[in-house]
Amino acid sequence: MNWRSVFKHPGLTIGLAATALFAMLALLSLVWTPYPIADISIARRFATPGAEHWLGTDQLGRDMLSLIMSGTLTSFTVGAIAVLIGAGIGVPLGLAAAIYGGPVEWVVLRFSDLAFAFPAVVIAILIATLMGPGASNAVIAIGIFNVPVFAQVARGGALAISTLDFVAAARLAGLRKPMIALLHLLPNIASLIIVQGTIQLSLGILAEAGLSYIGLGTQPPATSLGLMLRDAQSLFLIHPWLSLAPGLAIVVIVIALNIAGDGLRDALDPRLRNRGLANVAG
Amino acid sequence: MSLVEIENLTISFGGKPAVSGLSLSINQGDRFGVIGESGSGKSLTALAITGLLPEDAEVSGTIRFDGAPLPQDEKAMARLRGQRIGMVFQEPMTALNPLMRVGAQIEEALKLNGQDGDSAVVGLLEEVGLEARHAARFPHQLSGGQRQRVMIAMALASAPDLMIADEPTSALDVITQRMVLDLIREICDRRQMTLIFISHDMRAVAALCDRIAVLRGGKLVESGTVKAVLSQPAEAYTQKLVAATRMVQRQGEPHVADKTLLEVDHLTRAFSQGGFWRWGTQPLLAVNDVSLSVSAGECLALVGPSGCGKTTLARMIVGLDSATSGQMQFEGTVYRGGDLPPARRADLSLVFQDPFGSFNPRLSVGQSLGEPLRLLPGLDHDEHDQRLVDAIESVGLERGMLTRFPHEFSGGQRQRLAIARALVTRPSLVVLDEPVSALDVSVRGDVLDLLARLQNQFGLTYIIISHDLDMVAAMADRVLVMEAGKIVEEGKPAALFAAPQHRLTKALMEARLPDLVS
Amino acid sequence: MGVLRPMTLYILRRIFGFLVTLLIAAAVIFLLLDLLPGDPARFILGINATPEAVAALRLQMGLDDPALLRFSNWLFGMLRGDFGLSQTQKLPVAGLIAERMAVTLPLTLFAMVISVAIGLPLGILAARHRGKPVDTALMILAQTGVAIPNFWFGMLLTLLFAVTLRWLPPGGFTPWNEDAWASLRGLVLPSLALALPQAAILARVMRTALVDVSSQDFIRTARAKGMTFGEALWRHGVRNALLPVLTILGLQFAFLIAGTIIVENVFYLPGLGRLIFTAISERDLVLVRSATIILVLVVSFTMLVVDLAYGLVDPRLRERRA
Repeated sequence: MNWRSVFKHPGLTIGLAATALFAMLALLSLVWTPYPIADISIARRFATPGAEHWLGTDQLGRDMLSLIMSGTLTSFTVGAIAVLIGAGIGVPLGLAAAIYGGPVEWVVLRFSDLAFAFPAVVIAILIATLMGPGASNAVIAIGIFNVPVFAQVARGGALAISTLDFVAAARLAGLRKPMIALLHLLPNIASLIIVQGTIQLSLGILAEAGLSYIGLGTQPPATSLGLMLRDAQSLFLIHPWLSLAPGLAIVVIVIALNIAGDGLRDALDPRLRNRGLANVAG
Repeated sequence: MSLVEIENLTISFGGKPAVSGLSLSINQGDRFGVIGESGSGKSLTALAITGLLPEDAEVSGTIRFDGAPLPQDEKAMARLRGQRIGMVFQEPMTALNPLMRVGAQIEEALKLNGQDGDSAVVGLLEEVGLEARHAARFPHQLSGGQRQRVMIAMALASAPDLMIADEPTSALDVITQRMVLDLIREICDRRQMTLIFISHDMRAVAALCDRIAVLRGGKLVESGTVKAVLSQPAEAYTQKLVAATRMVQRQGEPHVADKTLLEVDHLTRAFSQGGFWRWGTQPLLAVNDVSLSVSAGECLALVGPSGCGKTTLARMIVGLDSATSGQMQFEGTVYRGGDLPPARRADLSLVFQDPFGSFNPRLSVGQSLGEPLRLLPGLDHDEHDQRLVDAIESVGLERGMLTRFPHEFSGGQRQRLAIARALVTRPSLVVLDEPVSALDVSVRGDVLDLLARLQNQFGLTYIIISHDLDMVAAMADRVLVMEAGKIVEEGKPAALFAAPQHRLTKALMEARLPDLVS
Repeated sequence: MGVLRPMTLYILRRIFGFLVTLLIAAAVIFLLLDLLPGDPARFILGINATPEAVAALRLQMGLDDPALLRFSNWLFGMLRGDFGLSQTQKLPVAGLIAERMAVTLPLTLFAMVISVAIGLPLGILAARHRGKPVDTALMILAQTGVAIPNFWFGMLLTLLFAVTLRWLPPGGFTPWNEDAWASLRGLVLPSLALALPQAAILARVMRTALVDVSSQDFIRTARAKGMTFGEALWRHGVRNALLPVLTILGLQFAFLIAGTIIVENVFYLPGLGRLIFTAISERDLVLVRSATIILVLVVSFTMLVVDLAYGLVDPRLRERRA
């Protein structure tokens, strides 16, 4: 894929641009926010959006824009690390299942059944019982939840590729199975994994919000979009804006990621692009 | 009177024409053959007649059916093709709904045309040579040939005026292919039906049709009666297609040395059915106690229907699979398959059937060609590069192509590259698995010429796996016929094909389509 | 070979896989919670308890038995319906969980029904008119729906239907035996909040599956028989497209039951989630352990049902023996 093909897919361009914008705002919060997020001032609480506080202030007088920038960083970080955990464990497992087959495949499939039986919330509950709530708790819970997803995507893709003759040709050339997986299977399923990665990133951001909302994720004084919603919960009926702003931020980020993911799939997978001609043999 | 009248038909996708300015006229009662290679636009033409083109196709020109232009309204067009046109497609595997019994699928076609009843289904099944009990089967419980018969029964349900058969036999094996062709001919005769038969196979068209149109790159090359076009083709392209149907003898002087290169000794390969849960299932013997020997310089052919075990045998010989029992001996090295030592693997290689699947799309041609050189660890960098250049030039391609990627090459070129890869380690034995069957007819001859030249030049020994008896007769010194994992007949091609002894060999010979009249 | 045998084998295999998954899941939960640092007995009795009292309680709770014995006691107890006593509430865990399940399960089921009833028809509609404005509009809607966190959506619904329009209660739950109609009304907004994002996912999956199927040869065959594209899609496409959708339905049930744990916080419902949070904060391990295994049981049972449904829909699967 080259840059020209990126611009052939407007969805991809829009999605990537919007995602990049939020990611940059989030990164910016590391070095600068309009106001320090720990800056509590009861005097200026519940300020409406205006010139001084673009998105207003919350019940403690903290600047909402600063909170959202910082919260977005937490959401992205949790989602991204969870994707890395999921892909880092899941893809090798899926590849191993595909190339070795037999007992290895059976174990991987049973493991993935098992992992699917534990929704992320249940894992988070168990970890919270063990170690107490926290952002790392959410990362691990979502990461474990991602593992079987990546394992299945990698296994499915690798199985489809491994029936092709060039894999047999590599075996004839004396390549060992791990080398074949690395040289021939992985590059050909990379696009599948990237697309799945964007989907899991958006799901991870949603899951982090949910876990923080029920108090199993990010803990104060750190902030995340979900935690902002938790804080705003009791004031929701009087000051709906405090819930609307972070909620809308989640929605827009997730939409941007999903559009980018759909665009990537169209751009990377020529089989889907040429579907119109797929019917016509001669 | 003409039943189908195509005038100046142009079909394009995204501005690129796939069919351009095509005009054809098909008369009532004609058996009309449309011949062309991949990309000739022959299938698109058939879809245009039935109004089944993909939505993104841009169409211009007119098509008249029985004097009237095709209706624009989708429903009217659907009813027209349901009632008056029957269609049979190429892929019997995917053309039937996998979740529905075939009887119900035929009945549906009957009901759509206002007919009714189980008796009609049975009648149709019997007409196409199936039995009433087959109606209760699901598609996956039928063989490819049986599924194609179901398709024909469905096409006949409305007693159509026109039947369009689009490569109806190219996914079937030789014997089934002949039976399906005979069935189509018989039904057209009995029902006085007009037929449009689309194929890449000159001999199938010659055997079935009375008129013919040759298409290339979306344009009409020539048309006329089968007799006129095939005996005196006016256009160079048609001449080439006709010539390609006649296999030229390719063995030169006898080159077989008196030395055994490969010895296969009571080889058996059993596949357990059911994997992890193997309660009470019999293992399937894909190769069953096979012994054979190959002499240096020989060209040995293994022929047989699909599923006879010839490919499994080839995979064991090159070391992709291991025997359950028995052993092989290659120039003194005893092995069972996968245990062939890497140093010996360099002396053996395999050319795959499908030139599109045999190259990793992410690697350059040079990287793919260089892969087998891992088996020769002693090569330095210059020798390595020289091997690649030698290999690619020996198959008639240029060294500059080494940096390109597979998708930049045509099917014929890719098969040359696959041969180059097989030769890069300078092996003594090359196994060729259906080396030309995935290629267009017009390039098959060139690839076979190349193989014959390389054999002479490098003193190679070939084992050719094929179902194409004409190709085998032209290339092989000796033929082995396989059925159900066993070798059932053996001999020199001329003698074997002139007087086949075994039932299978006889059936294969009978299924051969007659040569073109010249 | 009879027709029944492969099907029976298929069912048996799936049930066996289900039981193995469940057994391993129980072992994982047991091991995790057993590894927990700290002494539950001391936690319950408080810092000032005498060592004798702690030892007595440990004995009573069976904490000094070998781990394997405690694991099998737990397992066999569950098989008899005995989930043990809650360490903090001193009540049978089975009763506590059953009481909460009376809220959680109906909520999950309602949400499931709503999401299927909305998602599938819209997905079919979009696929039928793919590339047209209807499709684009529906898919933009779905794209938005997928991105909305269900608990936040719940807040918005409360604001609109409970606070502004006053059609439905904003939260709380009337027990079923007091006023079933009120209980039902209390579950409307929570189940909508849960269902709509899932319906959006379902619509997208259904559309993709149907678009995939619609390019297959047997749809062309059906059209060749005399059907329009729409008729062919309806008669032959939908059933084939349901196969991938079934898998998603199974996963959705897991998402929904996990979602109830979150969403019940918005509506102050006394569901399983609240029980679990109390148990976590009070370190009631017996309760956490049993509640999580119940959740895992419900989720994997759904997967089993989906697998069996696959076998019913697809004749090929009934016979494949690998």
